[in-house]
Amino acid sequence: MLFLGIDIGSAVSKCVITDETEAIRGKGLSPGGAGTGGPQAAVAMALADAGAAAGDIAATVATGYGRNLAAAADSTMSELSCHAAGAVKLYPGVRTVIDIGGQDAKVLSITPAGKLDSFIMNDKCAAGTGRFLEEMSRVLAVPIDEMADVAGRAAHELQISSTCVVFAETEVISRMAEGAAVGDVLAGIFAAIAARVGALAKRKGVVPEVVMTGGVAKNEGMRRALERELGTPIHVDPLAQYAGALGAALFASQSGL
Amino acid sequence: MSEKIPAKQRLRDVVDSVYRAAWEAKERGEPVGWSSSKFPAEIPETLGLAVTYPENQAAGIAAKHGGQRLCEYAEGLGYSNDICGYARISLAYAAGAEADERPMPQPDFVLCCNNICNCMIKWYEAIARMHNIPLIMIDVPYNNTVDVPEARVAYVRAQFEDAIAQLEELTGRTWSNERFKEVCANANRSASAWLKACGYCSVKPSPLNGFDLFNHMADIVTARCKPETAEAFEQLAAEYEEGVAKGESTWHYDENYRIMFEGIPCWPELQALFKPLKDSGANTVAVVYAPAFGFQYTDVDDMARAYCRAPNSVCIEAGTAWRADLCKENQVDGILVHYNRSCKPWSGYMLEMERRWHDQLGVPVVGFDGDQADPRNFSEAQYQTRVQGLAELMAANKAAGGQGK
Repeated sequence: MLFLGIDIGSAVSKCVITDETEAIRGKGLSPGGAGTGGPQAAVAMALADAGAAAGDIAATVATGYGRNLAAAADSTMSELSCHAAGAVKLYPGVRTVIDIGGQDAKVLSITPAGKLDSFIMNDKCAAGTGRFLEEMSRVLAVPIDEMADVAGRAAHELQISSTCVVFAETEVISRMAEGAAVGDVLAGIFAAIAARVGALAKRKGVVPEVVMTGGVAKNEGMRRALERELGTPIHVDPLAQYAGALGAALFASQSGL
Repeated sequence: MSEKIPAKQRLRDVVDSVYRAAWEAKERGEPVGWSSSKFPAEIPETLGLAVTYPENQAAGIAAKHGGQRLCEYAEGLGYSNDICGYARISLAYAAGAEADERPMPQPDFVLCCNNICNCMIKWYEAIARMHNIPLIMIDVPYNNTVDVPEARVAYVRAQFEDAIAQLEELTGRTWSNERFKEVCANANRSASAWLKACGYCSVKPSPLNGFDLFNHMADIVTARCKPETAEAFEQLAAEYEEGVAKGESTWHYDENYRIMFEGIPCWPELQALFKPLKDSGANTVAVVYAPAFGFQYTDVDDMARAYCRAPNSVCIEAGTAWRADLCKENQVDGILVHYNRSCKPWSGYMLEMERRWHDQLGVPVVGFDGDQADPRNFSEAQYQTRVQGLAELMAANKAAGGQGK
């Protein structure tokens, strides 16, 4: 019996298929979030990866900002519960989850028993989220997956005061016009996001072990900056970006459908 | 036999009559005042003055989706969009912006009491300058102690006397202590009936939804000194009592969870606020904003004391306890906090209050960004996620056999 979790984010759709033992049998990821063909593509990839057909799925739970648009889902769960469940599955000792997605950042407190205790999210502004990194990638002409390497070669970490995308773009362009090295600017950008997300985490209370999930977790520069900000190691599982979808699949398997 | 008019309709009629009386006074050439919501209404009522309430007008305009239009009008006049949305709407209207949603006559004097917030002072100063009219001010200092010190009672009471003298001189009306006693008796009767109606939220399941109380607040703000308000609130309480007896409620959905909604509602987004609560069966059974207007007192000193106890003028210890007690009495499973961009004093100490509630009550506390009047500060998708997250936490708590401490 197979269970499908679909995480329809603002920028990327992720799917995970689990079986009745909660083992991952397949996964899929496709660019394009809510309102695009991304979710269908991710589902097709996950089914192919699991060697399964749509009819093999016993229950489906959707999560993420596009969760209510997933017609095939039997039910929805918030990404808060799903990221918590997924992170606990990937890293059973986790007590704090930091998830930075395409347009939000959240910090989840997990009980010693592995249950979601409480959460805090960014305010309405998308500063300090994946969208901010995307914009900075465009302004600096550095692909997102190369940002960490470029920042790693920084001689100095420039101070970027703004985490507002609009103001930061102006500030970054000014720094570049002054002759700053791209790596130094990028290191400053990571530090600025880390300070903003770190403040959110400190408000909630950071209890080790700390795990990062979501697409931005793949960014090594971001992880290092957050570790410095919080003064604690942060674990990133290779499946970190799938944590929400994994949690959704686990909820599907518990739904008794 | 004529059909009985429901309390809801009677309450609406009372508010309409307040605005109608102001228009009629204006037509007769009598002075009309604009008053802040927690200015002691007993004073203008005793003098028989027609008074309208910009906060109530702004909420009405916002609920009818005129808030953004008037906020932008005010911003065009140079007022920052960081200022309270009610203030921007009111300043826009005072400056001549049309508002068919809730028109009211322009003021001949303004009555300001900063117990609701200090933004009020500059807001009313601006209106007074705009129209070149008197501003009558009652200053209520922030209470950094749980009890109101006697020196402060004397300070506020002295200002009552000064406000009366100013209004007598301004309007040519004469103060009557006998009439004042009648007005205070009406105000206390209204407050008593209002608090009784609010108290029915503690019944499980509740015969009402807390958002009903938000809708009825217009009366306790604009007409608390009038006997017809007291009568309508008494009928409202009787209807809730009847609802309890018959097992009926104005909340027509499952009451899976009972929550406290903290803060002023996002008036332009009432449907959006309501939908995920309805979908998850989360009934709002505690709101501090509504009973906060139930001023009860025994004499003039006590009246001064009562007007010192507004949500934004009490210390964090009093504010936290006020709400925590309400949560306990009304058996809430979770708390939904509105970080209201328009109301910095209210929202500013929420982060610390949230921490205290979480520790003291053991129920989940979740916040969302919004605004009481400016729809640009609210994101429906973000709100839905947070409410669903809250419902999931409450479900997990219930499954684990708990309902908080």
